[in-house]
Amino acid sequence: MTPEVISVARLKKTFATLTAVDGISFFVKRGECFGLLGPNGAGKTSTIRMLYGYSPVSGGELRLFGQRMSKNWRCAKSRIGICQQEDNLDPDLSVRDNLLTYARYFDLPTGTAQQSTEHLLRFFSLEHRAETNIRELSGGMKRRLVLARALINNPDLLILDEPTTGLDPQSRHQVWERLEELRTGGLTILLTTHYMEEAARLCDRLVIMDQGRILVEGRPQELIEKYVGREVIEISPPDATLQDYLETRGLYYENFGQRLVVHNRADAALFATLADNFAGRRCTLRPATLEDVFLHLTGKELRE
Amino acid sequence: MKRVVTISRRWVRVWQRNLKVYRQTWKISFLPPLLEPIFYLAAFGIGLGSLVGDFTYGSRSIAYLPFFAPALVAITIMYNAFFETSYASFVRMYYQKTFDAMLATPLTLEEVIIGEIAWAATKSVIAAFLMQIVISLAGLVQYPAGLLLPAVAVLGGLTFASIGMVFTSIVPNIETFNLPIFLFVTPMFLFSGTFFPLQNLPIWAQRLACLFPLTHLTLLVRACALNSLAPSLIWSLVYLLTFFLATSLLALRGMHKRLIK
Ligand SMILES: Nc1ncnc2c1ncn2[C@@H]1O[C@H](COP(=O)(O)OP(=O)(O)OP(=O)(O)O)[C@@H](O)[C@H]1O
Ligand SMILES: [Mg+2]
Repeated sequence: MTPEVISVARLKKTFATLTAVDGISFFVKRGECFGLLGPNGAGKTSTIRMLYGYSPVSGGELRLFGQRMSKNWRCAKSRIGICQQEDNLDPDLSVRDNLLTYARYFDLPTGTAQQSTEHLLRFFSLEHRAETNIRELSGGMKRRLVLARALINNPDLLILDEPTTGLDPQSRHQVWERLEELRTGGLTILLTTHYMEEAARLCDRLVIMDQGRILVEGRPQELIEKYVGREVIEISPPDATLQDYLETRGLYYENFGQRLVVHNRADAALFATLADNFAGRRCTLRPATLEDVFLHLTGKELRE
Repeated sequence: MKRVVTISRRWVRVWQRNLKVYRQTWKISFLPPLLEPIFYLAAFGIGLGSLVGDFTYGSRSIAYLPFFAPALVAITIMYNAFFETSYASFVRMYYQKTFDAMLATPLTLEEVIIGEIAWAATKSVIAAFLMQIVISLAGLVQYPAGLLLPAVAVLGGLTFASIGMVFTSIVPNIETFNLPIFLFVTPMFLFSGTFFPLQNLPIWAQRLACLFPLTHLTLLVRACALNSLAPSLIWSLVYLLTFFLATSLLALRGMHKRLIK
């Protein structure tokens, strides 16, 4: 078996005049958790839809489990679990029946389906709500059920399109813990998210894309070191003298309007200097995060 | 990429899903086909029938009730199948995103649509069968020809289910279903030889009515119920079958165009 579960080369997706995915290339190795990050409209969902064969590829090449998708697609699909971006649990069925019915779409034998269903209900702490109608579930429980459903076929590859959007911190942490357990168990995961903390915590490697193109690829920590440094200093409110000062010292900063974020790579004493020189403003020192990288690379403008 | 059409027996999975949901409320679903004929037979048999008296249908003299009861079965087949693949399938496709979820599994869009059509046909066969029991008890179905009725219901159900699915593949929103219902289903309901024999219409209108699939379904159901099977009914069979095949292909194409982007 090839170690690459997904490999994509010059992949393209066009809708009429719009190019949603503009020739991206990446690969995901077995057992890896790979992140696909980018602002709204970057082309993440479009990419994922091509991956699992929902939408036709406009150009480029796509291999799953080492095989071209056009051949053997049914076999490939039976090895993938997908959590789509929109909520599409079956509202006509109970929690348990959602899982059992989904298992049937995969042609799982009844015994296996029942076993997996009970196991997943427990794994996602849903066993006490098994008979509940979907409409009565909270957002967090729904999302957990979507994840459970994506795992019903015991997949070799799990594709998650924004699995934690709209969840409270408790639910999000719970989902992360489950995903970490799955990753430890050797499952290959492809993840999109708008939470940089989530990506930094879960992903072994990731790409940041914008307007259909990949901007960077790498490990979260490496990207932070490379594009921002170890720490940043936030200063608010910003003003001209402060900006002049930073520029004369040749320091890189991002201006967010109400707040400047200074990237600090070299000068261990920079925070103290700034705090002294610009007393009266709020200066905060914090470690650099993936969010700094993201904003640095994709800019500050709203998308769409 | 070339479009690969793959259809396997997996459409049964979609059918099973709908059956599962139906079974949760079967008691309610069973009521209309059981009660409707009783209401209609009371209103038309006692009220209207006495006004109409016997008349000639084909080469025989017939009372109003035995004439109308089979048409009621045909209408039930049409409504059950058409409404299932129009409103109900649209809700599943558009609001519930059930098709999207199915397409994340090894199911293909073709299998999903075939499953939906097969389910709608099943639903109309169930309704037709329940209704047949009621009107049989009223002595309005003659046997053995009446035994063929469920088979006719399968063909009729498939045909109207496919027609509904064609509209589902093109309507922009759920309100738009009013249009085909007003322009197509309701005229069929009234002018397919259901409430009165077609020969009462001017010849041009009779010709037009022969284009309606419900006309042919009514002919077939009535022939089964009246034990009057004739070789000419082959044409009605062929017509319905052709209609079914053509509309199901149209539905598959339309759905592909609508959903696969
Ligand atoms: N079916 C479609 N028809 C036309 N344009 C589409 C279609 N689906 C997506 N697009 C466009 O393609 C671009 C990429 O969309 P996509 O959904 O892949 O972005 P995304 O990265 O998933 O965004 P988000 O974070 O908001 O989910 C957008 O400009 C979107 O409007
Ligand atoms: Mg998206």
